[in-house]
Amino acid sequence: MTRYESLLDACGGTPLVGLPRLSPTVPAGAPPVRLWAKLEDRNPTGSIKDRPAMFMVREAERAGRLRPGDTILEPTSGNTGISLAMVAKLRGYRLVCVMPENVSAERVQLLRMYGAEIIFSPAAGGSNQAVATAKQIAAEHPDWVMLYQYGNAGNAQAHYETTGPELLHDLPTITHFVAGLGTTGTLMGTGRYLREKVDEIEIVAAEPRYGELVYGLRNIDEGYVPELYDASVLTRRFSVGTRDAVLRTRQLVEVEGIFAGFSTGAILHAALAVAHEAVKAGRRADVAFVVADGGWKYLSTGAYGGTLADAEDALDGQLWA
Amino acid sequence: MAIEVRIPTILRSYTGGAKVVEGSGDSINDLLSDLDGKYSGLRGRLVTEQGALHRFVNVYVNDEDVRFLGALDAKLSDGDTVTILPAVAGGAFGFAAAAAIIGHGAAAAAVVGHSAAASAMIGHGTSAPASSAAR
Repeated sequence: MTRYESLLDACGGTPLVGLPRLSPTVPAGAPPVRLWAKLEDRNPTGSIKDRPAMFMVREAERAGRLRPGDTILEPTSGNTGISLAMVAKLRGYRLVCVMPENVSAERVQLLRMYGAEIIFSPAAGGSNQAVATAKQIAAEHPDWVMLYQYGNAGNAQAHYETTGPELLHDLPTITHFVAGLGTTGTLMGTGRYLREKVDEIEIVAAEPRYGELVYGLRNIDEGYVPELYDASVLTRRFSVGTRDAVLRTRQLVEVEGIFAGFSTGAILHAALAVAHEAVKAGRRADVAFVVADGGWKYLSTGAYGGTLADAEDALDGQLWA
Repeated sequence: MAIEVRIPTILRSYTGGAKVVEGSGDSINDLLSDLDGKYSGLRGRLVTEQGALHRFVNVYVNDEDVRFLGALDAKLSDGDTVTILPAVAGGAFGFAAAAAIIGHGAAAAAVVGHSAAASAMIGHGTSAPASSAAR
């Protein structure tokens, strides 16, 4: 075991564990195809987001954008909010999260425990109301600092400097890296690092495909691609539906004992696809994928039990990754 | 050659409300031309005048993004499933609100909801230009 001066110093350095039971069987004499899971749920607040949250805060401090006692404004109810809440507490900032009032109780309780303040926007007002609330708050408090993870280079840089080197150190024979595509920070940072160091590495994205309600954009022109996204870093990109994500999430805990959130199920689905292709092609493969967080925060969805169809219904219209 | 094509909600006005349609073609380009013959105007929503896939459209063949398979030249086989989706980022509420504050108007208008109730509101509310909050 290692000793750390504080919780912030214990970020990263997560274990990479083999999945001997989920790795595909190869014919006798064929090169091995192995799956490896990077357990990012072992970070201080239980998700991979601790890496970018800490990095972005430190960068903002270095650049003089954040000074002791400042307020950080983050319109997120997800893992980044929880990570920022912890970092803000330990570094002496106030964190204000803006979120719709109908998010899960676990999120609200976690954020409050870490000392974040929450401003709810009325669920009845819909998403436009949430945006209006956030805009109003920003207008009223021009001194509050927003880190904006979708366009903050520090998000990707955190992974370039930590996740990438850790993977290469623990698995010098790595052939594939598979992670989820949201802000794109994990794939951009880790992907760039591994591309520089490993010939012919494949960088594979698993993108959650939600229920239809989530895609209720009014116009194609109103879509959004995060500023951080650079398609040239990726080799392939899979869209993984709710049912496949739930199936793999359950398989991961049943077969290998790893209890993860649904985004990890989507990532595993893509990892298995490339692993089976390697078997078919008779190629050696060491496929490393990200376990983004544990399953604890998602138990209240009910999607860990019952039939797959029940689980799909339970997650319909939710942003499960 | 039959290809199953899944149409997103926002493009169903072109398919008479159909969620799934059938088309044919040896490549995505051929398929979209074939579909445009039956559902006039659909191709124009997906492909730019320069002949590239629209930036905010993602097209998948059997769940894999065609941009990594040759884009419009991606090959198709009988029985393939093609899915068309608008681009949204993960943690969509966060991005939308963040974008609104920073001033990405298009993204702000593309807010997606956390619940059926919130999502049901999309398309009914008014979308104020986000640029007023830019700073």
